[in-house]
Amino acid sequence: MQQASTLPGQTAVAPSTSIPTGKLGVWWFLASEVTVFGGLIACYILMRLGGSGWEEEAAHLSLFFPLLNTVVLLTSSMTMVMAHAAVEAKDSQRLRTFLLATVLLGVGFLLLKAVEYSREMAHGFFPHTGLFWAFYYGMTGLHGLHVLGGVVVNLVLLLTAPTATATHQRRVEFAGLYWHFVDIVWIFLFPLLYLT
Amino acid sequence: MSDAVQAKVAEVVPHVHEEPSFWRRYVFSTDHKVIAKQYLTLGLLWALAGGLMAYMMRWQLAWPETPVPLFRWVPEPFMYDGAMGPEFYNALVTLHGTIMVFFVAMPVLLAAFGNFLIPLMVGAQDMAFPRLNMLSVWVFALASLVLFVSFFVPGGAASAGWTGYPPLSARVEYTGVGWGLNLWLLALALEFASFLMGGINFLTTAINLRAPGLSMFRLPLFVWMQMIAAVLFMLSVGPLIAGAIMLLMDRLLGTTFYLPAGGGDPLLWQHLFWFFGHPEVYVILLPGLGIVLEIIAVFSRKPVFAYRGIIYATIIAGILSFIVWAHHQFISGIDPRLAMPFSVTTILISVPFAFVIFAMIATLWKGSIHLTTPMLFALGTLANFILGGVTGIFNGSAPVDIYIHDTYFVVAHFHYTLFSITVLGGFAGLYYWFPKMFGRLLHETLGKVHFWLTIVFFNSAFIPMHFVGVGGMMRRIANPLQYEFLQPLQPLNVWITVSVILLLLSQIPFVVNFVWSLVAGVQAERNPWRANTLEWSAPSPPPHGNFETVPVVYRGPYEYSLPGSVQDWLPQDCEASPRAAAARA
Repeated sequence: MQQASTLPGQTAVAPSTSIPTGKLGVWWFLASEVTVFGGLIACYILMRLGGSGWEEEAAHLSLFFPLLNTVVLLTSSMTMVMAHAAVEAKDSQRLRTFLLATVLLGVGFLLLKAVEYSREMAHGFFPHTGLFWAFYYGMTGLHGLHVLGGVVVNLVLLLTAPTATATHQRRVEFAGLYWHFVDIVWIFLFPLLYLT
Repeated sequence: MSDAVQAKVAEVVPHVHEEPSFWRRYVFSTDHKVIAKQYLTLGLLWALAGGLMAYMMRWQLAWPETPVPLFRWVPEPFMYDGAMGPEFYNALVTLHGTIMVFFVAMPVLLAAFGNFLIPLMVGAQDMAFPRLNMLSVWVFALASLVLFVSFFVPGGAASAGWTGYPPLSARVEYTGVGWGLNLWLLALALEFASFLMGGINFLTTAINLRAPGLSMFRLPLFVWMQMIAAVLFMLSVGPLIAGAIMLLMDRLLGTTFYLPAGGGDPLLWQHLFWFFGHPEVYVILLPGLGIVLEIIAVFSRKPVFAYRGIIYATIIAGILSFIVWAHHQFISGIDPRLAMPFSVTTILISVPFAFVIFAMIATLWKGSIHLTTPMLFALGTLANFILGGVTGIFNGSAPVDIYIHDTYFVVAHFHYTLFSITVLGGFAGLYYWFPKMFGRLLHETLGKVHFWLTIVFFNSAFIPMHFVGVGGMMRRIANPLQYEFLQPLQPLNVWITVSVILLLLSQIPFVVNFVWSLVAGVQAERNPWRANTLEWSAPSPPPHGNFETVPVVYRGPYEYSLPGSVQDWLPQDCEASPRAAAARA
């Protein structure tokens, strides 16, 4: 996520609006992501309202794993905020600690999800078992891929630029925006799939 | 020049310019102009492929199951000594639509012109995210490769129509096409990802990289149209990506999102597809309209009529485009009570577009019109697009649509809109900006020959198609002679096919002109058309980094023929008032 590039021999022109260029790009990216999940969630709600027997299917889901996962993901959002605070305070040590914590929590979320999937499948619930299960695997799977993407981004941040420079400060902020978005999607998925 | 600007210019440090290697310069380049040409090249190559597919399909419709000249070399099981079977015809129908919409119209109108012009028109050195831009073109190249490969996998290419309706597309056994359709979906997903990256770049660049003095309401309309198109694409494609994931799951994991047997609903795909599909029409249309607006203003030597009105009307049309989608589904089994509201919104959308069209005509009114090749193509776009818009009103009215749905009337309708915007509008832009892109002018006479041949054979091919459609010929049928009631229409089908072949041959003057002008055309000066927008203040072709100094903008983009001014144009970065310019001249 680089800022407006300046070629040698040319002057940099300040952004035309008060929003930094990189952040503007991330916001547009997130806007398009919202419509992907929005479309999927809208399909789920409409099909569920028009169908029957979805509650019984949903009742087969374990509540323990997603509840734990909600805690894990919310905590990782907090550590991401603390990483951002650390980079603003130019504290490289704390930045590394909190980025590492965010990465580990993200990996933890994926591991818990894998355990949850394998338990459901052991009980005979596969994507092709029924429409609820197709939506369940489709929605949580797409969300899981987004978590994986966020883990990779945070890992790259952790490995490539361990010092708290200005560029790095922006990158941590942008990665944080994405990470919070992934968190918010889960906040929608959790009640829609597990609690209803 | 003001002191602030002087100070800015003084900051420019002389630099040692390092010649990048061939690969960095032409292949893995982050320069928006090179990326634009890469998109243009891929788009034109796909246009050739899509055009040849149209020829093969038309041959089959005129003289079914006879060998297609030039294509006797195609091996079995695609064609049998040059004659095609219905399976291959289905694949051609599917891929012609997919290619022309997603691999020709979008890369040429959005990506090529948008990439080339947005940074130049806003006075920037490059896109906001040049490396993201390079990634977008390479993802598009990968999408092209995947689509190309999909022809050669066992089972053949996708053949469920360009709309990929389930249940036909949801199970391998329904079409016999396995990986062809999976790869088709993958190619589309990659293409969407590429254009999302492009859209983010377009919006961010136009919002944040504007030159000093260039307020939003001094932006050329082309930039506005690209921005609105980018927003429409970003907000409409998400649900289809979700839908494509579900379709892929149906095909690969055995889910039943779209299969009634498993509780699913095939209509769900139609909703998702057309929720995207109608804004997508405007994603293609708006850049085309932007091109036409720029050209009409320059060659009428008049300010665009109702500049802000056009922007507001387009935004209104963009919002309306999200609530018209079910007009594609009047006979698909939606609740009949829904048909009327969707008819109303569909016909309502013609109001803002009529506004834009009338604004174009008002721009021409009493202008000093120069009928150059780009202007001819722009006027051709306008005239033919109106015909496409008018037949759209027939299609949008549920009672009429029930009769003409899925007939050649619909095929004629969307070719009048898409062909006029993509091909005629695209050529208008290419003839107009070619000097800026390549530093040489295209040959005018050859260009005019190209225009007249194209416009004549286009109309000669597609006007009769309306009659064939009203006569009852269904789209996507491989052999009209199988149906007794269609046999009287066969002479018209032959006429259409001959016209299409001549239309394709009419593109030869363009190819000759393009290649010849690239090498030996007249050297273009900085501003050959005497236009106002910022791209004409850069050298032709602009170097890496575009402008010698950061341009400063003092006025709107269309100040032509101002009273009291001697020269009839005033570039946006010209500080002098009309009177001062007159005095200086």
